Amino acid sequence: MTNVIQTTDNLKENRGPKLSTYITGFASSIFLTLIPYFLVTNHIGSTYVLLTVILFFALLQMIVQLIFFLHLGRETKPRWKLAVMISFVGIILIIVGGSIWIMAHLNYSMSLLQLNNLMQYGEGF
Amino acid sequence: MNSVTTLNLKKETENNDKTTLGFWIYLMTDLVMFGVLFATYTVLRGNTFGGPMDRNVFNLPFALSETLILLTSSFTCGLAILALQQKNKIQVILWFSLTFILGITFLILELSEFSKLISEGNSWQRSGFLSAYFTLVGTHGLHITAGLIWMIICLFKIWKEGLTSSLSRKLTLLSLFWHFLDIVWIFIFTIVYLMSGI
Repeated sequence: MTNVIQTTDNLKENRGPKLSTYITGFASSIFLTLIPYFLVTNHIGSTYVLLTVILFFALLQMIVQLIFFLHLGRETKPRWKLAVMISFVGIILIIVGGSIWIMAHLNYSMSLLQLNNLMQYGEGF
Repeated sequence: MNSVTTLNLKKETENNDKTTLGFWIYLMTDLVMFGVLFATYTVLRGNTFGGPMDRNVFNLPFALSETLILLTSSFTCGLAILALQQKNKIQVILWFSLTFILGITFLILELSEFSKLISEGNSWQRSGFLSAYFTLVGTHGLHITAGLIWMIICLFKIWKEGLTSSLSRKLTLLSLFWHFLDIVWIFIFTIVYLMSGI
């Protein structure tokens, strides 16, 4: 009887997060915030390089917080949370990427003259 | 009796897992909404209509202090969950109170930034860029407000009822919500504030 209870206790202890997990997550999050901040305030690198780098740091920090704060890595075998998250991230990528792509293309393809004609003689958009 | 208690324990953890998964799915739909607002902001960023551009409006050190405060509140929220697992009522109240204070500090900073912008004549009516900015950051602020109300109710209930199993489930969900808002803020910090400094 005590044996069974002990094993369930062990199971709980192993599944639960520890103090070291939170401290690691907190410390690395601070670093991942400060590094892009100093890169931007000191204007290190060209615009596009800097843009890529700070987005990369944001993604990295998201992964760090998902693992250390939201404990996504501790989930047991049918990883439903992870599956739901991946499918939703797919939807978000399509919406965000698609919107930016379409709107940038719209701005690029339409000259100012065309725009003026549309506004003056046409019905507008 | 022994097998009954273990069975109950197993059933309880299973139910908790289901609740957590349901809440997780809600968080992901919320993330889709934020994703759309981010897309809107990125598209409208240059549409200033003769008004101020983003680099003239935002204060980077101020945004950094907001970020660090929210990050610390996320950390103290995690410590509250650790105390919850050890069934330490006083520590749970202490850490959640600290999270609440940090959260409300963040909210006050955000609102002071809004009021400063509005008093300078740069409200959401000024340009498409500012409309998108106020919508995105304001929605995050509303979520923070909802989280703070939730937290104060939970604190009151811990004080009155102690750490019951249904309450600890709610506290776990609250911590998920709070960490999620921190992740959304990282992207606001990067896409709104850091990109204005480039």
